[in-house]
Amino acid sequence: MKTRVCILDYGSGNVKSVCNLFSSLADHVSVSNEAAVVEAATHVVLPGVGAFAAALRRIHERLPLEVIERVVRRDGKPFLGICVGMQVLAERGFEFGETEGLGWIGGSIEQLDSREYPLPHIGWNNVTVQRANPLFSELENSPDFYFVHSFVFRPRDPLTVLATAAYGAEFCAAIGSDNILGVQFHPEKSQRAGIKLAKNFLAIS
Amino acid sequence: MKKNRLIPVLLLRNGWLVQSKQFRRYQNLGNPISAVKRLSEWGSDELIYLDISRDETHDMRRDDLGHPNRSNIFEIIEDVSKVAFMPMTVGGRIRSLGDIEARLALGADKIAINTIALEQPQFVEQAAREFGAQCIVVSIDAKLIDGMHRVMRDGGREPTSLSACDWARQVSQAGAGEILLNSVDRDGMKNGYDLDLLRQVSAAIKIPVIACGGVGEWGHFAEALQQTRVDAVAAANIFHYSDQSVYMAKKYLLEQGLNVRPAELLEL
Repeated sequence: MKTRVCILDYGSGNVKSVCNLFSSLADHVSVSNEAAVVEAATHVVLPGVGAFAAALRRIHERLPLEVIERVVRRDGKPFLGICVGMQVLAERGFEFGETEGLGWIGGSIEQLDSREYPLPHIGWNNVTVQRANPLFSELENSPDFYFVHSFVFRPRDPLTVLATAAYGAEFCAAIGSDNILGVQFHPEKSQRAGIKLAKNFLAIS
Repeated sequence: MKKNRLIPVLLLRNGWLVQSKQFRRYQNLGNPISAVKRLSEWGSDELIYLDISRDETHDMRRDDLGHPNRSNIFEIIEDVSKVAFMPMTVGGRIRSLGDIEARLALGADKIAINTIALEQPQFVEQAAREFGAQCIVVSIDAKLIDGMHRVMRDGGREPTSLSACDWARQVSQAGAGEILLNSVDRDGMKNGYDLDLLRQVSAAIKIPVIACGGVGEWGHFAEALQQTRVDAVAAANIFHYSDQSVYMAKKYLLEQGLNVRPAELLEL
């Protein structure tokens, strides 16, 4: 089957890089918030950077949420959230006060307890896969990915944690509930491991 | 665990990749895009791209290099982000928040500022508030003068009254996310980093310091990581003169037991 990727653009800064990554791998890539494009896509990607509350405000303003929720949550279209695009899937976030999230995966967004290490957590960090998932197939045991964040996903159900990383404390680096997947790191900046992860995502149907 | 980073610096002057010696002499190294592609394939952890042009022209003046002539820095950033799936810092000639925004929109992840931070110290805070601390790298050019590491301005030519440590503290309090610390004395000299400078500045602040200036052999990277608290080691010239340079440097650092991301060669 031909892969058609729809990259949702709520105004996040990293859309261009995410688009570059998928353009090198998929048959067709669109950056679009149009309902028809979301429906025609085989895979939906939500990139994000910046603060949780601002991201959600713009998501509600700019994205066709009803259509996205129908094709992703009801029809099971593969979905990948990146960084803040993963965090917005939680029920609520606590960056600059409490904000309600999309609530697709149970849990909340809280500041990373990095102990003596400075925040934001910026740089290459190895990721430990906790649960077999096609997203991490054929990636070596402890692949390095590039992170830029201060907040982390605290899932309610530990079974949704696909991978963890450690920076002061251990935190959730990748989350998944059936077809809904999210990664805290930036595959579009993670070279070989990022390219492989994006390929793995496109292989999910 | 977070890794120490190995970062090639690319100096761009009027559209060409150049080598620099003590901020004074420049030698042409060719097409910046093919250099970036090579450095990506060799597994760099990040790239720092500094535009040191003295005017607005970036014409590469050749069309036999497999890429069209680039007319400005923006087209170059855009091209680079298509071949480099890695974090990219862009610096040089940043005069406003708009200059930062334009570079980020084209695929840069972080912006290095130098002159404007010295001229308007409040700019660091404004930029960090607008784009996040993780995005703002303050570049410091230091030179040893009468026993003190002084901050230099105007492309390393004019000394200021500031010490490198004081300035690093000041900008880190203002919200800088990282410091790119370059030694004017060691630039292009191949005799190793100014370890005293690195030691003092990295001990004075909590944010990551990227060491730059003077690397002539892989061992110089190891010295900085072993003897100072720098988070990343950068260099320009050494990466352009040997095949698979980044890969070989990584391999060496791993053999020394250092905490770097394993060496890998990519097929792009």
